[in-house]
Amino acid sequence: MNNNPLLSIQNLKVHFKSFEGVVLAVDGVDLDIAPGEAVGLVGESGCGKSVTALSILRLLPKRSAQIGGSIIFAGRNLLEADEEELLNIRGNSVSMIFQEPMTSLNPVMTIGDQIAEALVLHQNFTWNNARRKAVEMLDQVQIPSPQSRSRDYPHSLSGGMRQRAMIAMALSCRPKLLLADEPTTALDVTIQAQIMDLMLRLKDKLNTAILLITHDLGLIAEMVSRVIVMYAGQVVEEAPVRELFKKPLHPYTRGLMGSVPKLGQKFIAGRKQLDEIKGIVPSLQRLPPGCRFNPRCPSVIGKCLEQTPAMVRIETQRRVRCWLAESVE
Amino acid sequence: MTDHPAKTAAAPESTGQEYGHWRIGLAKLLRNKAACFGAVVILIFILASFLAPVFYAKDPNAQDIRHALEPPSLQRPLGTDELGRSILMRIIYGGRISLAISISAVVLALLVGVPFGLISGYFGGKIDFIIQRVTDVMLSFPPFLLALALVSVLGVGLKNTIISVGIAGIPHTIRITRGCVLSIREQVYVEAARAVGTRDGVILFRHILPNVMVPIIVNATLFLGMAIIFAAGLGFLGVGVQPPAPEWGTMLGAGRSLLFAAPHVATFPGIAIFLVVLGFNLLGDGLRDALDPRLGYE
Repeated sequence: MNNNPLLSIQNLKVHFKSFEGVVLAVDGVDLDIAPGEAVGLVGESGCGKSVTALSILRLLPKRSAQIGGSIIFAGRNLLEADEEELLNIRGNSVSMIFQEPMTSLNPVMTIGDQIAEALVLHQNFTWNNARRKAVEMLDQVQIPSPQSRSRDYPHSLSGGMRQRAMIAMALSCRPKLLLADEPTTALDVTIQAQIMDLMLRLKDKLNTAILLITHDLGLIAEMVSRVIVMYAGQVVEEAPVRELFKKPLHPYTRGLMGSVPKLGQKFIAGRKQLDEIKGIVPSLQRLPPGCRFNPRCPSVIGKCLEQTPAMVRIETQRRVRCWLAESVE
Repeated sequence: MTDHPAKTAAAPESTGQEYGHWRIGLAKLLRNKAACFGAVVILIFILASFLAPVFYAKDPNAQDIRHALEPPSLQRPLGTDELGRSILMRIIYGGRISLAISISAVVLALLVGVPFGLISGYFGGKIDFIIQRVTDVMLSFPPFLLALALVSVLGVGLKNTIISVGIAGIPHTIRITRGCVLSIREQVYVEAARAVGTRDGVILFRHILPNVMVPIIVNATLFLGMAIIFAAGLGFLGVGVQPPAPEWGTMLGAGRSLLFAAPHVATFPGIAIFLVVLGFNLLGDGLRDALDPRLGYE
């Protein structure tokens, strides 16, 4: 791995204080991202993907969330940074794209002004120059007639266009790291491909590292070079994307892959059904003893019910949290 | 005729883009007959009170004791009061006072209530708790009693009437603003604004305030009518604007003892109050319907 990562998260723990007690939403996550690298973060809903991303920008509610561990970005521990420093980092060197393009733009501000805002905040642009630059950005994300579009309000844009505008906003200050939280989940499949293509191209052009959060393995295969699989707040597997698809080590990863339909596979009534992972993600307040995946694991052994497996490094770039990992090897 | 064709063609398009929401709202408002009636009534009163000095360059307090307590006639359309003053003229000049009181009181309520509501709803926690408990205390008095209590502390007069009525409107303004902020605060675009490094103050005024303006405007319009009633009520009780100033409530109070001898003295100011308050209420209701996007753009 790169010796000098852009972002290095070590032993990240996020506690949420809730009415029913303290919940450990993210439990000891480690991850590194090199400059210009695209890393995928995969898992089911509620496994802590988004919380991990939000804690990088320190956007979690201060009153209820406690963050432990360390998040080193460009040599600075963000968990020790004060508000002034964070304001400077957000949208400038680290920016974020949200899942819902329909609600992530302010309905009473023009598209152009919303893109211009980050430039005025961080790059000392005047509003006039920033608006001109915003038109350029809209052109770069391939929005037709950007000049007049920049004066439009969000309601007159389609979902795909809005997500393009969000990307333009996120990339306007040429960030070093882009956190993309399910950027295409709310879009049509055809638009998804266009948006992904656009993000990849801009990533190469601006040398921006991307942390792509998704539950869509197809997206992961196309976009990223390295994948981190999360389950119930923990990293369960990490691998380069090709090797992960060739030979997934964790039963959960195998389950995720089995539940993706493949073209060419024969589904004749009754004979072959789409595989599923049985059960649901356990409540973080009632985690099972031993391995967190044991109630749903198809290859569970006695040891899994009692002892929590530790992260084992299999090859230089692969790690997995499973008692069976050695035997799989 | 003198306009260039290209210019006239381009103009509606650009305004449609810039103010789409407001323009649609205005179109819906114009289709609402009750709201239009309210707006027309208010406009007539506003025009009358502003143009009063142009048409009648007279003093509304000019007495003519020989014509005291005359019923309505062609010469004196609404009759005269016990000192022979023209009631029509006093109502027209009184409109200035009533409108000035209600507009000033609403501005005061907005200037104080909106910022506190924004802060309370956005930051939450201890600040929210303190502001809301103070609001609770203010809300525990009926608003008119609150205004009455304040005016009895501050003393009578135009300025103190404005202050008292304005303060009586503050707690509702805080509550409404806070409630709207609570829902807007959770929107993704607010989080997106934070994610690009926008400061709290800028988020509040640039991203949240414009999104909560509609309910605040509607509420302010309704409060304009309420403020006129409050001011008239204070005047009626003799603790508002003092005679000889032609304030409607004061006129009503003065005419009360003459109700049997000369009913027009109290009746016409009462009708004026009724019409203006009705106008503001109809307009406020119409605005609420017109600016509510859930009611569709049929």
